[in-house]
Amino acid sequence: MATREKTNGDGAAPTDVPADIKFGEIKHDLPDKGTCETVLSKMMLIRRFEERAGEMYAKAKIGGFLHLCIGEEATVVGGTQALRETDYLMSTYREHGQALARGTDPKVVMAELFGRVTGCSKGRGGSMHLFDWDKRFLGGYGIVGGSLPLSAGVALANDYLETEDVIVSMMGDGATNQGTFGETMNLAALWKLPVVFVIINNQFGMGTALHRHSAVTDLSIKSEGFGVPGTRCDGMDVLDVHSVVTDALRCAREERRPQLVEAVTYRYRGHSMADPEEYRTKEEVEEWRARDPIKAFSDRLVAEGVMSEEDVERFDAEAIATVDEAVKFADESPFPDLDSLYDDIYVFDSDVPAWWTVDERSPHVHRGEHERESGEVPHRLAEQGAAYAGVERRARPRDEDKDEGEGEPEDDG
Amino acid sequence: MPTMRYREALNQALREEMHEDERVFLMGEDVGVFQGAFKVTAGLLEEFGEKRVRDTPISENTIVGMGVGSAMIGLRPVVELMTINFSLLAMDQIVNHAAAIRYMFGGQVKVPLVVRMPQGAGHQLGPTHSHSFEAFYLHVPGLLVAAPSTPADAKGLLKASIRDDNPVIFIEHETLYGQRGEVPENGGPMRFGEAAIRREGDDVTIIGISRMAITAEKAAAKLADEHDIEAEVIDPRTLRPLDLDTILESVQKTNRAVIVEEGWPHGGVGANLAALIQEQAFDDLDAPVQRVTGADVPMPYSKPLEQAAFPHEEHVVQAALATFRDL
Repeated sequence: MATREKTNGDGAAPTDVPADIKFGEIKHDLPDKGTCETVLSKMMLIRRFEERAGEMYAKAKIGGFLHLCIGEEATVVGGTQALRETDYLMSTYREHGQALARGTDPKVVMAELFGRVTGCSKGRGGSMHLFDWDKRFLGGYGIVGGSLPLSAGVALANDYLETEDVIVSMMGDGATNQGTFGETMNLAALWKLPVVFVIINNQFGMGTALHRHSAVTDLSIKSEGFGVPGTRCDGMDVLDVHSVVTDALRCAREERRPQLVEAVTYRYRGHSMADPEEYRTKEEVEEWRARDPIKAFSDRLVAEGVMSEEDVERFDAEAIATVDEAVKFADESPFPDLDSLYDDIYVFDSDVPAWWTVDERSPHVHRGEHERESGEVPHRLAEQGAAYAGVERRARPRDEDKDEGEGEPEDDG
Repeated sequence: MPTMRYREALNQALREEMHEDERVFLMGEDVGVFQGAFKVTAGLLEEFGEKRVRDTPISENTIVGMGVGSAMIGLRPVVELMTINFSLLAMDQIVNHAAAIRYMFGGQVKVPLVVRMPQGAGHQLGPTHSHSFEAFYLHVPGLLVAAPSTPADAKGLLKASIRDDNPVIFIEHETLYGQRGEVPENGGPMRFGEAAIRREGDDVTIIGISRMAITAEKAAAKLADEHDIEAEVIDPRTLRPLDLDTILESVQKTNRAVIVEEGWPHGGVGANLAALIQEQAFDDLDAPVQRVTGADVPMPYSKPLEQAAFPHEEHVVQAALATFRDL
């Protein structure tokens, strides 16, 4: 068997390392000690959380797909630290980090991955669909590029309601090839919407390297023709991401000029846990690991005397302990009740008094959360694995009228 | 009672709801300066301004997606798509997001969005502007689907759609925009899930979807005149939720059912409804449920071909007669 050379396809250069980004170079002064500690502990929490999630996936505690953001922590934390509490955030399906960075309890994030009712989306969404209304984290989305119009809609509403709130809309490099990318950039610029798009360029759209999926590999210029100016930053440097996103937020908030930021980073792990990584070399991964955003930041904190090596180790131990607790919480949490299968599909009101009014096959069967009298029937249905309607014959108003009426037996011919 | 055209009734509903609630706004291709491709939004830009009547670029998926996003944080958008065929470009946002978001995020948000669009053949607009796709949207849990056939229903149901907290697919019909009908003065929102009995009869139940409710009424008149058959004509008005009770009551009385729709036969509204009827009223049926549908072809342009590709009253008459054939 011929050994296949691991290149990015055509034998050309491996992943592009943009010459305009000086990785490893100090670009910004450190912020105050408290901020440094927050930033470091958030990045460490994300790293440890993701590692542990990978282990839990291997142990089959987590199902489906699992997309880890290890290596990309600086983009997530740098970007979200620039937000006000009242600002909004939307993300892709690689969004555990975003939820954690936004302040969602690691317990409910892990519980969501475990499919438990205590999860932040009640076990309905899973890894790709985390959501936390209270933290204004408006979701992970499983369709590449699908959340871009949604985020522009949120920006439209913020503008319409005359708030100062901005939304940061995070996407991967692959999303820039979707139709929604161009459509959304155009509308955001046309309507002067308060939105900042952040491309987390981790060099791969699944297993397809950037230069094999995008004719233009400087993604920061892809939006410019639509009227959204772009800026590139070092996605391995949390301070650089923070600085560039902060400027972009100011433009969007104060001047109603939407902005795009490309944060150049790298995904250490595969696209998902089911990725043999045939498309890149170990050497390439090692090259990027040498720029590790957490190590680079903590080394600098020690070098500049903000904290000691012991402090760094203590932060890491705290992150591990937090993740331990999250796993314990998730593992001990119950799965959702089968009776809840039909909950929250509709908002019930006078038009839709209950679920059975919408699925007409199943009167009095799956009633939905506000109408449920007994869990018995929906439970049975859920156990059968589908909404089998034949369990109960519909009670017809006419039959009931007759029963209550003259009691005349029906002539069946 | 005043009479007005279907498009005027829709216009009134939009105007009234925009006066009622500041959060209601319109978005769509040429809804403003151009006054709407079918003039449904005529005068609204002038009355409410550019903030609330927004001309959009031709970007259906993103327009609908922005509607979803703005609805998630409290607005009540009404998005117009120029034809139901164009809604296929927005299928991602409608199915993956509008319908699913409340469920997949565990009930944390709602999506009070209305997407209006006309469907139907008859204007020789050919294979990319003339289809009838109620069945696509009927398929999706999380959506409500309305398909009014009269000006009064158009107004009442559009008002209800705008006030409802669920995403609504509101299906209008191109050939109905100019039709006149009585519309109650100061009429409020109608209820979803309440069918209209357009004509009473004891012999056969004819269920007409969207414009086909009108075709069914014409067929019923012919059945009475020429065949001495009294058909009961039911217009479900909304397909999700569906007023199955009214349909079953009628079938229990007539023992025969004909379903008329303009869309394609396979996996259509009629296929679904026939299944519901046989599940719930098998013992009441004296004949197989008949379906009258559009032809199983992309809609052709040429007039005679187009006319042959969607149901007319003679097809409905034949189908009704077929339910008596084997007796």
